[in-house]
Amino acid sequence: MSEHEDDHLTDNLSPEESKLQSEPKSGPKDHSRRVFLFKLSLLVNGAVGVVLAVPIIGYLLGPIFQKKNYHSWITLGNVNDFPEGETRLASYRNPSTTSWDGQTGNVPCWVRRVSGNQFQVFAINCAHLGCPVRWFAQSKLFLCPCHGGAYYEDGERAAGPPERGLFEYKYRVAGAKLMINAGEMPTLATPASAQNANFVPLNKVGCASWRS
Amino acid sequence: MAKLKETGVKKVGLELYHWFEFRLGLAKPAIEAASHPVPASSASWWYVFGSAATVLFMLQIMTGILLALVYTPSASQAWNSLQFLNHNVALGWFLRALHGWGSDFMVAIVLIHLVQVFMFGAYKFPRELTWIIGVFLLLLTLGMAFTGQVLRFDQDAYWGLGIGASIMSRVPIIGAPLVHFLLGAPIIGSATLSRFFTLHVFVIPGLLLAGVALHVLMVLRLGINEWPMPGRIVRKSTYEAEYHKLNEENGIPFVPDAAWKDAIFAAAIVLAVMACAFFFGPFGPSGQPDPTIIQTTPAPDAPFFWIFALLSLLPPDMETPIILIAPVVVIGAMLLLPLVAGEGEKHWSRRPLAVLMVSVIAVSIGILTRLGFTTPWSPVMSAWTSDAIPPKYLHERTPLERQGALVFQNKQCRNCHEVGGEGGQRGPALDAVSTRLTEDQLVRQVLQGGGNMPAYGNALNPSETTALVAFLETLRGNELRPAQDASRAITNPTPPGTTFPGEKLPPGQPHLSNKPRNPGKP
Repeated sequence: MSEHEDDHLTDNLSPEESKLQSEPKSGPKDHSRRVFLFKLSLLVNGAVGVVLAVPIIGYLLGPIFQKKNYHSWITLGNVNDFPEGETRLASYRNPSTTSWDGQTGNVPCWVRRVSGNQFQVFAINCAHLGCPVRWFAQSKLFLCPCHGGAYYEDGERAAGPPERGLFEYKYRVAGAKLMINAGEMPTLATPASAQNANFVPLNKVGCASWRS
Repeated sequence: MAKLKETGVKKVGLELYHWFEFRLGLAKPAIEAASHPVPASSASWWYVFGSAATVLFMLQIMTGILLALVYTPSASQAWNSLQFLNHNVALGWFLRALHGWGSDFMVAIVLIHLVQVFMFGAYKFPRELTWIIGVFLLLLTLGMAFTGQVLRFDQDAYWGLGIGASIMSRVPIIGAPLVHFLLGAPIIGSATLSRFFTLHVFVIPGLLLAGVALHVLMVLRLGINEWPMPGRIVRKSTYEAEYHKLNEENGIPFVPDAAWKDAIFAAAIVLAVMACAFFFGPFGPSGQPDPTIIQTTPAPDAPFFWIFALLSLLPPDMETPIILIAPVVVIGAMLLLPLVAGEGEKHWSRRPLAVLMVSVIAVSIGILTRLGFTTPWSPVMSAWTSDAIPPKYLHERTPLERQGALVFQNKQCRNCHEVGGEGGQRGPALDAVSTRLTEDQLVRQVLQGGGNMPAYGNALNPSETTALVAFLETLRGNELRPAQDASRAITNPTPPGTTFPGEKLPPGQPHLSNKPRNPGKP
């Protein structure tokens, strides 16, 4: 009776299952199929990993590959806020900021009104290592507190470690407003203003934002 | 009865232990590892720095987690949350101080550990990889110190990031992408702070934990370095047998025979951190990270003072190549050291080059660090309004000379030039300037600049220049003889004053007049 039942059970197995059961008989060393499957699983995981890596690396390197132009035209103030022949500190809200940037989104700059509508707008960052330069009207010099870089009133390098003059923003006078093209911290590799900065009509001013 | 109870408790305790140990199986290998034999010579006070660094790392993790309970990694709120920690959270100031001082101590102990390992030749075969991992641990520790300084999101942190971005921008070709990658945005802001928070709290601590685990495992596996002896040469073919023999002959169990020194030193160091935290308090935060407040003198934290000094003192045209190439060379040399010098003498008395290197590097970094404190290259931005002119430089001076003293202050000369020991040290002190430069040279130097001084030709009108130079000519140190232009005597029969009133003519110099100073001047 029991023998018969056993036979019956074996008969009921599907071909794959009986094959699996019979496999150990050919010895534990013969596992080439499992090795193949394991290698296949590695390959599958590798492929999934590569597919997964694309968005992850894309996210991580996002700030590098962002093709959007950071710069836009910003109003610094009325032309008459800046007396002729003087250099004044001004500041603007960076065009691409978030609300949680807080006060770091406010960027200062030096505005020199040479005469009439002729201006020079300098970045606050020293061309050496980016520290904030200070204007000394009496000696007509910009001095850097970090490593002692000095610049003349027209932004030319005067002394110290900087290799070049101050970074300068492109500016426009629109009616009674002084506007500059800005949006990025200027360094030796990143420009203060967009290279191809074109003037934007006054009614478009202020529309620039992080995603526009 | 009581005794019976005690044995009962003991029995229950043992049963509990066995229940866990049967399932975990950790105690046996842990005890074996702890009591592994070490050479008796290694049970030394010189061998305690590695374990002390690990203990400090644990302290940093603990205090760091506690600070993260309150700290807000957002550019608009980070500074406020630090102030809140300092003033509103009970003992928040002490936790901040522990974390800050713990960081400085950890950098110092890791450096001492590095020097000790180097001087004792412990990086040689078979511990090359232990050293290489150790170099990465040092870099990660410095990485923690820098990112931690950024999280203390104040003016120093803000402008320190600006310096970081400016250094990145000097890399050829990929400078701009690197700046964007560092800042995470076009300007320094919340994206930047979040990046450094991620590095400081997740990425670097994770790497440090893994690295420390590997480092310690390798010390257990390969054995602690034996005390070096002159003449005991490391050879790859024989070293392991020799070390094994040494351990068999006079090895002692690490716990407890050697470990008590580690434990005592670690306790002393933690106590020292606590004392510094208690007596000196937390670091900052300094001013708000508002870039429009430009009245600031940014400076890095102590571990980076020497880099700060180096960046200021390098000649401008060498700066970019040195900034970009030197770190690669230095780190590369440290990584390759054990592979190049994996055999040979371990004892310092047989390695004069090693001793010389450590001495030179230690003295250099020490001097640069001190310069980083005093920053003689920085103009003193407030000197022109805050520093007084010594009265002796105004006594018995003509109105013109006194007017010159005013010009000297008003034109901010003082910001870079010391007079009477006060003022900037960017340029030379001027207490004896007229003994070095003649009147003509003074005029030329003031108007045209040069030698790292800006030209003041546009900032001075002729009468200001005359007054300023008249004042500078009175600065003759200890009444020394002023510099004179020898050619004047030939072209001008009555040369300008080169002696002070009452001075006798020097013998052999008949061309010098004995007139009062500055003839012909009002």
